[in-house]
Amino acid sequence: MTGTTSGSHLDLPRYARTDPALRTPVGFPEYRSTGLRAPLRTPVDLPHRLTEVTGPLLGADRVRPEDADLTRRAGGEAVGQRIVVHGRVLDSGGRPVQHTLVEIWQANAAGRYRHVVDNWPAPLDPHFDGLGRVMTDDQGRYEFTTIRPGAYPWRNHDNAWRPAHIHFSLFGRAFTQRLVTQMYFPDDPLFFQDPILNAIPEAARPLAICRYDYERTVPEWALAFRWDIVLRGPEQTPFETEDDGDVA
Amino acid sequence: MTQLQTTPSATVGPYWAIGLTWEDGPHVVAPDAPGAVWIRGRIYDGAGKALGVGLVETWQADPDGRFDHPDDPRGSSAWPGFRGFGRSSMANGGEFAICTLKPGRVPDGEGGLQAPHLDVSIFSQGLLDRVVTRIYFADEAEANAEDVVLHGMPEDRRATLVATPAQDGYRFDIHLQGDRETVFFAV
Repeated sequence: MTGTTSGSHLDLPRYARTDPALRTPVGFPEYRSTGLRAPLRTPVDLPHRLTEVTGPLLGADRVRPEDADLTRRAGGEAVGQRIVVHGRVLDSGGRPVQHTLVEIWQANAAGRYRHVVDNWPAPLDPHFDGLGRVMTDDQGRYEFTTIRPGAYPWRNHDNAWRPAHIHFSLFGRAFTQRLVTQMYFPDDPLFFQDPILNAIPEAARPLAICRYDYERTVPEWALAFRWDIVLRGPEQTPFETEDDGDVA
Repeated sequence: MTQLQTTPSATVGPYWAIGLTWEDGPHVVAPDAPGAVWIRGRIYDGAGKALGVGLVETWQADPDGRFDHPDDPRGSSAWPGFRGFGRSSMANGGEFAICTLKPGRVPDGEGGLQAPHLDVSIFSQGLLDRVVTRIYFADEAEANAEDVVLHGMPEDRRATLVATPAQDGYRFDIHLQGDRETVFFAV
């Protein structure tokens, strides 16, 4: 069931719809600020037409080589555990998503964001701004060097702490593929009480957690973590749509 | 054929401005481009309160109804200075603002034409996934009447998708909940 339409005049890719049982719901009662924000009506299915199967292919001119290394900013070295975070961006058909912009942001080693509304008593780091950008290569690979972020408190529930995480934003190559998400670290003891992680259906939750990567750990330099990101993929190529049960 | 499970979404949270602020984000075209219009609006929650921050992204065809993209089977075409994509961080006191050119009509793939429209993604703290809507234009009544997405939608629902003319372009307010909840789409 896709509910998509390619039509008689245009052969368009169709993007697979993720099973709702594996998707993060927009609202989740235990994450309190969704209460007045998550829409209450059932969304209307929008078939994938030209506007949905295209999307911004941009970023190369926005990314500088130094944007991949978050540990050297403002003329010095950031404090904390240096890590490499790398992986591939794939579509659900297993194809690499090439030359796509990956934007990340995160807290520093003490769990503090360089942001005007984050003012809990943890230190800022003059050499860490928490912003990274790269383009994937022709294999869909990305890599950042950064600092392992700290956990931090928030006011969602009593003694609420966010597990350490890095925010990721990806465009893919179509409006349908747009993804903003968070990557967690393995075996974090704070998982059990975090409604943002636990809003993700259990069967999909492991996909939000990176794995420790000893192979890529750099001797005497940095631990490595691997996280592959899977965007929705075309169900079939345009060339395969010709005998698509068209009854016209 | 391989079918990999997709990575689940998560909220942008309160600190997305660190990573997702682009100085030229709102400029789908330069503000001094001929024909440039601003689309402005606010996002209201279920208590009728305007969100102070949030991220609004838009994607649209150029004034010829074309996309600069290899999957446009008509062949991609580039309108000089036109990016197609807009990103507004609502830094302007809770108002989002996108400077763009009104898109042309786009084929609907079923032999007809869609009315001029923008696809819109809204990201915010308190939304675990983006919500998606479309912006149509009140001064395109004829095209709107033929549009395959608007067609058959009750009038009061349809009205939530239509931007109204304003001083320097158009106004499009978004209601996340309530009697006037905007039509949101599953894509």
